[in-house]
Amino acid sequence: MVTPAAEGSRPGWPAAGRPVARASAVVGVGIMAAVDEIVFHQLLGWHHFYDRDSTAVGLASDGLLHAAELVLLVAGGFWLADLWRRGLVRPVPAWGGFLAGAGGFQLFDGLVNHKVLRLHQVRYDVELLPYDLAWNLTGAVLLLAGLLLVLRARRGPPADGAAARGPR
Amino acid sequence: MTHGDAGAAGWLLPALVALPAALYLLGVTRWQHRRTRAWSRWRTGSWLLGLLLVAAALAPPLAAAGHADPRAHMVQHLLLGMYAPLALVLAAPVTLLLGGATPGGNLRRRVTRLLRSRPVHVLGHPLAAAALVTGGLWLLYTTPLYAATLQHPAVHHGVHAHFLASGALFAWAVAGPDPAPRRPGTAVRAAGLLLAAAGHAVLAKLLYARAGAWPPGSGQAPRDLQEAAQLMYYGGDGAELVLALALFAGWYRRAGRRLPAAGSPWRVSSPPRAAGRVRWTSAGAATPRHRRWAPAPGRGQSGSPR
Repeated sequence: MVTPAAEGSRPGWPAAGRPVARASAVVGVGIMAAVDEIVFHQLLGWHHFYDRDSTAVGLASDGLLHAAELVLLVAGGFWLADLWRRGLVRPVPAWGGFLAGAGGFQLFDGLVNHKVLRLHQVRYDVELLPYDLAWNLTGAVLLLAGLLLVLRARRGPPADGAAARGPR
Repeated sequence: MTHGDAGAAGWLLPALVALPAALYLLGVTRWQHRRTRAWSRWRTGSWLLGLLLVAAALAPPLAAAGHADPRAHMVQHLLLGMYAPLALVLAAPVTLLLGGATPGGNLRRRVTRLLRSRPVHVLGHPLAAAALVTGGLWLLYTTPLYAATLQHPAVHHGVHAHFLASGALFAWAVAGPDPAPRRPGTAVRAAGLLLAAAGHAVLAKLLYARAGAWPPGSGQAPRDLQEAAQLMYYGGDGAELVLALALFAGWYRRAGRRLPAAGSPWRVSSPPRAAGRVRWTSAGAATPRHRRWAPAPGRGQSGSPR
């Protein structure tokens, strides 16, 4: 089911690649936020629930972000499911969007939440620099890999042989 | 009910939930009698679960503990203000009432008129409901109101009633399956959910950070208050997750009605209900009926929930 609206305005952008990349980026943000909450807050106990260094703006934005992560995860999941049943999900833009969303969130968390708003640090009572570097570099690598995949999907004929996944 | 009494009188209030349970089951038998389509067992189960949660929150063991211990109070708050109303709203009681009522009868007319009335329209707006449900919490925990609930049973019951009523209003406004005339679209409802969830999370973190000072005049141990704040933060996530699932599952279903039917396992047998969102294609009357439905221009095709 391909219509002019789904082809996108740019020439060379394979039909429906863009919404798939966007939907999976939203899912990526939500998944990485959930990993952060479950692994680093709950299982490892590295992140603290509250840090005395937090700014007031930080606490407010933390609450908004926390709520947004939850809504984004669910919204992105149903959005992707909708594209799937329309037969529009292709692996390359889907993985690209997912990795870019996950890496982008990781980098945002490491730079803005940890450093600018000082909500909490990666770990306490340790030399922080290697942890910060590992955190942010992981995020940057994921983001770059995701963006490269999205760009690859955007250029010319679909590299994955037009093998759209989905029931239709 | 005086605070902390564990006698038979304490069970009176939780036992009252038997009444709405019986009324609902009566409605289900009437529905089955009148309608060809059976009433969903999930909805019935959801109603009974919601009432069970209300009873658990008000029963003497938790009610007595909630008087002294902020953690028990927080569990009561989560049950009465979030989980119970959510389960009750997802049980679609108004749909059941309308479907079981005599066609053309007084009851139906009154309920419909009420649903279309201005106050319900204003209060039932997702943003207004979010403000009511979250604002009530901020009022409770940042003013001496919380201390007053520990002193005066009437205030205490009033706060509980507000929890339940505002929680139900909010759940209905965001994702209720019951009829909601002129309810805003998915984006506005998601915004209401987002703002309420954010307000809830920020308040929980502040209560953690200021344990001992907030709630004013409670005189409870900071350690317990911090644990209560964490319960509030993570307990709220669970209810918000269910509400988000209900909201976007509704969007997914409605978007599915706009799909063309041929060959799809998600074939749509009935035309979309949301007629305002649907445009006739230019294909005309020669097209098979199920083919004539198409998404409105600029919507749907991209599949964006926004």
